[in-house]
Amino acid sequence: MENRQRLQKKDGPKAPDPTVPQTKAKPRLLLMGQRRSGKSSISSVVFHKLPPSETLFLESTARIQKDSLNSFMEFQVWDFPGQIDIFDNPNFTFDMDAIFGEIGALIWVIDAQDDYLEAVARLNTTILHLQRGYPHINIEVFIHKVDGLSDDYRLDIQRDVTIRIQDELSDQGLENAPVNFHLTSIYNHSIFEAFSKVIQKLIPRLGQLEAMLTNLCRTCRFEKAYLFDVNTKIYIATDSTPEDMASYEICSDYVDVIIDFTEVYGSWPRSQQWRDRLEGEPWSQPLDDQVACEWAESGMVLAEARRPIMLREVDRFLALVAIMKEGSYEKMPQINMNVDVVVKGLTEFFEITKNKDVVAAPGPGEVASPPLAQG
Amino acid sequence: MSDFETAGASTAAVPVAGVAGDSVAHAQLKKVKKQKVLLMGKSGSGKSSMRSIIFSNYLARDTRRLGATIDIDLSHVKFLGNLTLNLWDCGGQEAFMENYLSQQRAHVFSNVGVLIYVFDIESRDVERDLATYVNIISALVQYSREAKVFVLIHKMDLIQPTTREETFERRAAVVRRKTAEAVGIMHKQKPEQLQPPPPVDIDLQLFATSIWDQSLYKAWASIIHDLVPNLSIIETQLTSLGIAIDADEILLFERTSFLVVSKWTSREGERNPYGDRFERMSNILKSWKHTCSKYTGTPRNAEQFSDFEYKMGATFSMFATKFTTNTYILVCMPPGEARFNSAKLNVAAARPWFKFLDGPVVPPAGQGQMFVGTPTTGYGGEAGVGLSEG
Ligand SMILES: Nc1nc2c(ncn2[C@@H]2O[C@H](COP(=O)(O)OP(=O)(O)OP(=O)(O)O)[C@@H](O)[C@H]2O)c(=O)[nH]1
Ligand SMILES: Nc1nc2c(ncn2[C@@H]2O[C@H](COP(=O)(O)OP(=O)(O)O)[C@@H](O)[C@H]2O)c(=O)[nH]1
Ligand SMILES: [Mg+2]
Ligand SMILES: [Mg+2]
Repeated sequence: MENRQRLQKKDGPKAPDPTVPQTKAKPRLLLMGQRRSGKSSISSVVFHKLPPSETLFLESTARIQKDSLNSFMEFQVWDFPGQIDIFDNPNFTFDMDAIFGEIGALIWVIDAQDDYLEAVARLNTTILHLQRGYPHINIEVFIHKVDGLSDDYRLDIQRDVTIRIQDELSDQGLENAPVNFHLTSIYNHSIFEAFSKVIQKLIPRLGQLEAMLTNLCRTCRFEKAYLFDVNTKIYIATDSTPEDMASYEICSDYVDVIIDFTEVYGSWPRSQQWRDRLEGEPWSQPLDDQVACEWAESGMVLAEARRPIMLREVDRFLALVAIMKEGSYEKMPQINMNVDVVVKGLTEFFEITKNKDVVAAPGPGEVASPPLAQG
Repeated sequence: MSDFETAGASTAAVPVAGVAGDSVAHAQLKKVKKQKVLLMGKSGSGKSSMRSIIFSNYLARDTRRLGATIDIDLSHVKFLGNLTLNLWDCGGQEAFMENYLSQQRAHVFSNVGVLIYVFDIESRDVERDLATYVNIISALVQYSREAKVFVLIHKMDLIQPTTREETFERRAAVVRRKTAEAVGIMHKQKPEQLQPPPPVDIDLQLFATSIWDQSLYKAWASIIHDLVPNLSIIETQLTSLGIAIDADEILLFERTSFLVVSKWTSREGERNPYGDRFERMSNILKSWKHTCSKYTGTPRNAEQFSDFEYKMGATFSMFATKFTTNTYILVCMPPGEARFNSAKLNVAAARPWFKFLDGPVVPPAGQGQMFVGTPTTGYGGEAGVGLSEG
């Protein structure tokens, strides 16, 4: 146990060097829609951890708010003022290339609790423009503020919006425009789920990541595994088992718990005295050598179902969270070894993606191969 | 010099001494305590909401479904094994309030241990609210002059975050002044008495609260804190345990409400800049409990998780676990695998010493037997950790 991580440390990859210039384009997320549809709220809740109830105090957005997000990839989030129509503005001509030139997604926010006809009409114009000039931009429609609406009503709205868009576009000679719909609310996990889907489409070689997780689930007998961007609680990949909102929610809340504990107990420096005492007799060892794993790791057993949850930090930005099968907590030591290997694979994956090395990434089969000593 | 300097460093640390002198402490254990707690304030101010969240596992958003309370809703909340709160949730509509102050006056205001008075910060008729408050305080002083008063300035989430503190302070000052006035009225009303009554000095505490954040837990933890029987014994035991296992912080939570019952912090732990961490932990763990309940489909009041561990590399380690029948314990400690494992074993071994939290303890015949033995931890527990200092 003591040496589990030492091994990895020695031959493990070096942490990505932040000074290496990023030659890659930064995917851009463009938040557009009518005013008060919830764009700034979404961006504040997802990217700045604003408690949803405090969005009531947000002021109307006067000019484009550009945020840049430093995570496993660099993202830009642009929050547009609702009242400005960039395609039809008498006062100002927008530089379209500057807005849509980069790879990314247009997120069009529609307030489901309000009359949305105008929003849909403007969205149609926008889609037509983009399809002609910038077809590489994914179009994602957030049917938003669905909290407080019944399930049936949500689906009715989604159906209605979809039809209005498809009809209008096919009238304009555009069949099967690639438009995706998401039902969202800042008051629950749906907004994070939706962003997860949006962002996953922008990750190069996502399939490889998914294969690594699928493999991990098989070797460790996990029910479901997610790779989370810790700061935003967006999951950037999961294994190949069917989508399951419930397990996403519990894993995401688990990340929350860990973030809070980390802040309260792990974010302030301990005194030298404290360290001296802990490293002195009878331990006589630096604290670094007293721990089994240099990264954060955590596990919890749910009482009734006896299904444990585990979390393992991958790097500064990412964490692996998995729901384990019943009764597997006893196998934690072997599981940890397997997780170590996959984590190593993941670190390499992102290093390669970041540095844009053309070296082929290790196949998932090679990565998670050490057999879990089963039974 | 003193033994315990090295105590923590030993893998064999066993909280034997937690218990030194416990036969004495034991004899002092109090029996079940009942406390009458009045929950009052204008209709719609949020009384039933708070009570349902703290004691009945409601989520904040579930409270939107609560109807106005008719007359008095009485509930007996078992808090730990030896404290029962008789919670009088007094419907706040005007007719009811008048009734409490007249016909039911003696019935409502006698034998009160604690009055919790709730003001809705968004209320439009502040003057009227305050007038009612003064009447309530007068009645309280008349029948239960020893009672403690907690005033909650509630629904603070509706106030712009930047002005919250100022808004609260301003309102708190008014409430303090009115409280003094109410007490003054009571004095004047009894001039015929030969000896002036001993000056009533109301024990008043004010809190800014909202059901949407952790402020609720801060207020309610203070409310129950002084009511918990045997508090000093709990504190002594926690201290011994903390020192023995070399922890930096130990929190003891009541299992349903997740309010902090007691806590111990090492000298290093005192350097933690997060002063709000206790209510924050309550809030985190309680909402985590809800998450688990939703996931497993088990009722919210069921036990939702047992063991939790978190090791943040060489920074710190922590674990939380079911402790006694009525409590959870959270231990935060320095990093280190061996230290961690030994602490877990020792916390498990210390359970019997906290048994009294689960109910009135009948002193065993063998006088303190239960406390003296060295627990077998598999770590060869005889390491004699003399905590009773030099
Ligand atoms: N915004 C906000 N609303 C709250 C808060 N606390 C309670 N409420 C809401 O206030 C409304 C009334 O709450 P109740 O708890 O029923 O009020 P009450 O004080 O018991 O009222 P009576 O029983 O008539 O005396 C509910 O819709 C709650 O959801 C809070 O902190 N913030
Ligand atoms: N009920 C509900 N209200 C929301 C939601 N998202 C945003 N809002 C509210 O919508 C209002 C307008 O939001 P804002 O972000 O300023 O809209 P913008 O003009 O599109 O940037 C605010 O009062 C938010 O609190 C949601 O998911 N549900
Ligand atoms: Mg805005
Ligand atoms: Mg009520």
